[in-house]
Amino acid sequence: MAGAKLTTCPDPEDCFRRPSCLPVTDEHHVQIVRRHALQCTAQLGMSRLSSHYVATAVSELANNLFFHTSNGGEIRFCCLDKAGRVGIEIIAQDEGPGIVDIAAAMTDGFSTNGGLGAGLGGVRRLMDEFEISSKPGIGTRIIARKWLTEAELCCDRKSH
Amino acid sequence: MKIAIMKLGGILITALPLDLIDEDAMEFQGDLLNEINAHDAKGVIIDISALDLVDSFMARIINDSATMAGLLGAEVVVCGMQPQIGTTLIEMGRELLGVETALNLDLAMARILAKVKAEDMEQADDGT
Ligand SMILES: Nc1ncnc2c1ncn2[C@@H]1O[C@H](COP(=O)(O)OP(=O)(O)O)[C@@H](O)[C@H]1O
Ligand SMILES: [Mg+2]
Repeated sequence: MAGAKLTTCPDPEDCFRRPSCLPVTDEHHVQIVRRHALQCTAQLGMSRLSSHYVATAVSELANNLFFHTSNGGEIRFCCLDKAGRVGIEIIAQDEGPGIVDIAAAMTDGFSTNGGLGAGLGGVRRLMDEFEISSKPGIGTRIIARKWLTEAELCCDRKSH
Repeated sequence: MKIAIMKLGGILITALPLDLIDEDAMEFQGDLLNEINAHDAKGVIIDISALDLVDSFMARIINDSATMAGLLGAEVVVCGMQPQIGTTLIEMGRELLGVETALNLDLAMARILAKVKAEDMEQADDGT
């Protein structure tokens, strides 16, 4: 399968320091971005459970890129480290059909293709911060962040 | 990718693989229904211990499979869910996974057999 064999993170240190951007145009990419999310959170020193929340959120966003747009999109991963706070930022964006009624799309159980309609609401609850912007005919961008807790920060040996 | 469905007594046992895609899921659901019909299966155990993550897409596949099997009269128990998956599904805010779960295959089998037995007895009662 062409494109399915992307390398996620050739140099793990690198993906921690530099933002990375992975395409989601094929269903197999969902697995790749999930794994990449886990690599990033591991390097940040995030707990197993929080890391799992992040990976699940990334999986939801990737599925939406695949199922709700015709050409897919991309997910950017950025490790945040400012003013004593460390976290991960995930940006999913596409040039797909956009969302006409964002409030409706955020509602649990709302789905335009027979899905469970729990993806966007789920991402909002799994992550600490959530921003969504969308224009019909232009595309959609979702930004989600999760910060390390105090406990995670103080046993993070990689912190600088 | 073909998902194996094994038969043990009147019970079907199957395990979902890690990289399940939509197309495979559809095929699996079709196969499962055929097998339930062919063997007049009374129960289905779906092992998900290979899954490191269950998102709403996967939850839907599991739910739909269970609903369809239920319509054909088979009891369904899901087993082997990794602990953080359960916590995450709860945190996501809805009862995403609408199926009965057991810790492992042994317990799932015990649960299924108990259910099938209870149902048989009910039917026997109705008959008299
Ligand atoms: N990237 C996207 N582009 C266009 N529409 C989207 C996108 N993501 C989500 N949506 C819309 O929002 C709805 C709710 O999304 P979600 O909560 O993930 O549920 P589901 O994917 O199960 O439908 C979708 O059914 C779809 O209409
Ligand atoms: Mg979704």
